[in-house]
Amino acid sequence: MSTENKLTPQEMARYARHIAIPEFNVEGQQKLKAAKVLVIGSGGLGSPLLLYLAAAGVGHLGIVDFDVVDESNLQRQVLFTVEDIGKSKAETAKNRLLKLNPHIEITVFNTAFTKDNALEIIKDFDVVADGTDNFPTRYLVNDACVLANKVNVYASIFRFEGQVSVFNYLSGDGTKGPNYRDLFPEPPPPGLVPNCAEGGVLGVLPGIIGSLQASEVIKVVTGVGEPLSGKLFLFDAASFTTRTLKIEKNPKTKITELINYEQFCGIEPKEEKTVKEITVQELKALVDTNADYQLIDVREPYEYDIANLNGELIPLSKVVQAAGQISRDKKVIIHCRSGVRSANAIRELELLHNFENLYNLKGGILAFSNEIDNSIPTY
Amino acid sequence: MAKIIIPTPLRKFTENQSVYKTNGSTIQEAILDLTSTFGDLKQYLFDANENIRSFIRIYLGEEDINTLENGNTKILENSVISIVPAIAGGIE
Repeated sequence: MSTENKLTPQEMARYARHIAIPEFNVEGQQKLKAAKVLVIGSGGLGSPLLLYLAAAGVGHLGIVDFDVVDESNLQRQVLFTVEDIGKSKAETAKNRLLKLNPHIEITVFNTAFTKDNALEIIKDFDVVADGTDNFPTRYLVNDACVLANKVNVYASIFRFEGQVSVFNYLSGDGTKGPNYRDLFPEPPPPGLVPNCAEGGVLGVLPGIIGSLQASEVIKVVTGVGEPLSGKLFLFDAASFTTRTLKIEKNPKTKITELINYEQFCGIEPKEEKTVKEITVQELKALVDTNADYQLIDVREPYEYDIANLNGELIPLSKVVQAAGQISRDKKVIIHCRSGVRSANAIRELELLHNFENLYNLKGGILAFSNEIDNSIPTY
Repeated sequence: MAKIIIPTPLRKFTENQSVYKTNGSTIQEAILDLTSTFGDLKQYLFDANENIRSFIRIYLGEEDINTLENGNTKILENSVISIVPAIAGGIE
């Protein structure tokens, strides 16, 4: 152990409850101090993960997040407060964590994690913790960890349910544990992935699952206990049931390079049929000139109640059956929260009902709020 | 009867039921029993060749059926079958 990882008297006092654990001791705490852990995503999972890793004394934390704090994050992202709305998550997290533990170092990557920067970002870290929220980034994190020989401490959540595992773990006998692709070789096609509005998550769930993830990171770093390698832990808060299932390595899994993960997950924009668009400024002009047009909102009713543009509410799941309510002889503008669901609605209507007069509101109600009328709440 | 535990993302196909009881004697019979009761599940569970999709694992107890006898794996009265889908966190 190098002298720089020697604990100061102040640190010895701070971490006394760790050091008192016989299996942990001073050596465990020194290993934490020497560790470099990269947390990808500082949202629902990243919040408890970062708070506990910082509190535990992980000497160097990296935080990757390109996003800014939104009011709808505060239901579960306990790193942030009302005062942080609109600010960079990664920078805000760093400031908050250094107040919790000034003895650690934090490097912020205020950027999206992409195939172009992934290997460069993770190369200086020992362990990666995946707290992301979408399939392309999950496969990217996995593949980058495999290529760079890093342990990937994985967790994922949906409504009341969470999954945890430790991937790509090098055990004492020199064998590598399974990785995410051994469990799920391919992602679900986009049509089968619940969208954000259908999804949802119990706010406390990432608190539970992210804390388990932090516990696994600490175990991997210190060598204390038995990491969840080759196993998948499932938790269902609704029924309070847990299961631990085995994961076997799949000899067919081959990861040799980073690929185009959007395309791999079937969400490459260029593969999708282009839809006609209208900007929020153009919509505003139509409103101001009392033009004859139809505005359709394909979000869910609860979203409409949060904020709306007085459009006709036809949720995406019902839009094809409701084609008869949609005009064919004037401009029809379809919108959702950010423009993704409305584009899908237009594709389905054009394909199944041959519409030619449908326009997607670019950026959705979020863009309208940001660029035209900021009295409209965002979420 | 053996139990099939339905994960949250699939409960929209099972009228929100989280557990399905089946008299099937193999994994295949149990899953076919489930999908004949809840027909909409088929598109989610099976690909065009009627194989279980690659983002779903089926477990008997804590064992992946791929390490047993796949669909032919025998099940018992008290067996617990888990359908485990990939979940990502869910953004638009």
